[in-house]
Amino acid sequence: MQLESMYQDIILDHYRNPHHKGLRDPFDAEVYHVNPTCGDEVTLRVLVKDADGEPVVEDVSYDCLGCSISQASASVMADLVIGKPVAEAMRVGEAFLELMRSASKGQDEPDALLDDDTVLEDAVAFAGVSKYPARIKCALLGWMAWKDATARALAKDGEDD
Amino acid sequence: MSITGPLDTVFLDTVAIRADFPILSRRVRNDKALVYLDSGATSQKPVQVLNAEREFYERHNGAAHRGAHLLSEEGTEIYEGARAKVAAFIGAAPGEVVFTKSATEAVNLVSYSLAPSIRPGDEILITEIEHHANLVPWQQLAQRAGATLKWFKALPDGRLDVDPSLITGRTKLVALTGQSNVTGVITPLAEVARLAHEAGALVLADGAQLVPHHPVDVKALDVDFLVFSGHKMLGPLGLGVLYGKRDRLEALPPFLAGGDMIEVVRMEGSTFQPPPARFEPGVPPAPQAAGLAAAVDYLTALGMDNVAAHEESLTAHALDALREIGGVRIIGPDTTKDRGGAVAFEVDGVHPHDVGQVLDELGVAVRTGHHCAWPLHRALGVQSSARATFYVYNTHDEVDALADAIRYAQRFFGQR
Repeated sequence: MQLESMYQDIILDHYRNPHHKGLRDPFDAEVYHVNPTCGDEVTLRVLVKDADGEPVVEDVSYDCLGCSISQASASVMADLVIGKPVAEAMRVGEAFLELMRSASKGQDEPDALLDDDTVLEDAVAFAGVSKYPARIKCALLGWMAWKDATARALAKDGEDD
Repeated sequence: MSITGPLDTVFLDTVAIRADFPILSRRVRNDKALVYLDSGATSQKPVQVLNAEREFYERHNGAAHRGAHLLSEEGTEIYEGARAKVAAFIGAAPGEVVFTKSATEAVNLVSYSLAPSIRPGDEILITEIEHHANLVPWQQLAQRAGATLKWFKALPDGRLDVDPSLITGRTKLVALTGQSNVTGVITPLAEVARLAHEAGALVLADGAQLVPHHPVDVKALDVDFLVFSGHKMLGPLGLGVLYGKRDRLEALPPFLAGGDMIEVVRMEGSTFQPPPARFEPGVPPAPQAAGLAAAVDYLTALGMDNVAAHEESLTAHALDALREIGGVRIIGPDTTKDRGGAVAFEVDGVHPHDVGQVLDELGVAVRTGHHCAWPLHRALGVQSSARATFYVYNTHDEVDALADAIRYAQRFFGQR
């Protein structure tokens, strides 16, 4: 059975006890993303603070309805990006996207990425998901919403200046 | 594929039937036998259908309705023969059957061709239990024409609340499904058609889930239009059917324009063929039609009464088996009365997508999500569901395999 390779304990733990869940104030931008094929949905808020001229992810809060993969991925994502400078958090997001694409590129074990677990931390648990094309969108739902919300938050900050 | 059995309750010889479907003997993940419970999305195809399509390409391939050669003539005969066969299957005349690329296209054809006769303030009546294919085109038409969209609501068990007061003198068209692709609910088509006609409205029925599974007689239902797909009834993908009463089709202007649908073309303007040719531009999909004709032959040989009875027996078994599992909720009626072989369900604590994933590991193929019926899910208070659908080749053992797989999913996610 490959089930265990997809549903790692880390994923099931985050699914049962999601971190940072629930919409919070204050926030700079809020987005609503859906996965139209399965109906999974996430509403996500981002608060960005300026730290010595560099934008930092101050808070991410969200509400989502969806499968274990999409819920756990949003939880892990919030853990990973909160407190990081936006540029660094975006790099983590890129690394996660790479991990999701690894199976389709024929990499059985994306070792290079997995070795880099200092960047992806708990998110390496999603490596097994990349082998199931239909589930990759689930794992990316929260990340895509966060990227979108952050871009909007930064654009708004730009306007405020 | 003879219809024999020692018991009254055996309507189809599934052993013989399954031998006609090569795909059913393949192995899937973890070397498991395939338990295909997703025929509501697309059915599998018997060798008779595959052979008919192959034979067309090997022996008769020429563009139908064109060409002064034998192949074109044979292609035309096969294509028109398929039309006659499909027409007879639903009690229609050949001239009342239009081939489209899908049931979805057939709905769009009617919605676009009716558009010029829809005025601001007119009403289009649909239902909350529709597949998006019989919902979004009418929303779009209403928006374009300035018409009002109304709908029959879903009752808590997924049945239709047929509220006659929603049909008014302004109602131009009532569009509804014959059988829900989620709950299996069979709607009172003939009754709705009578109410609609009394008010002077037209009726379009979405038969995508009805025609493959039950005997259908368009004259008895008295609907003006009926759409369905070939690929859900053992036929090839890429071919849908629009039935329309002769005078209704004749009253409609063309939808897609091009070659083969014209009468005379001048630079200043063109005139058009009578139906069904008016609605079939381009080189006809004759190989697919040959395949669909073979599918109709296959189903006719089984007998549609037997097909319906077989599925009812599987559905009754599935409803019982799922009810026995704690923590499983069936979305839809809990009896087989006026209910076809689509069984949607939720498992407490396990999201449908995760249910589907675990089932897939065990070889059990089901659909998960909202099944292109988002408003219905919303009305029933469900974010999404898993769905098993049955057809002629499914067995009672496969229903048991479904129930076992659901129990396994519950254990895997620590819910039982």
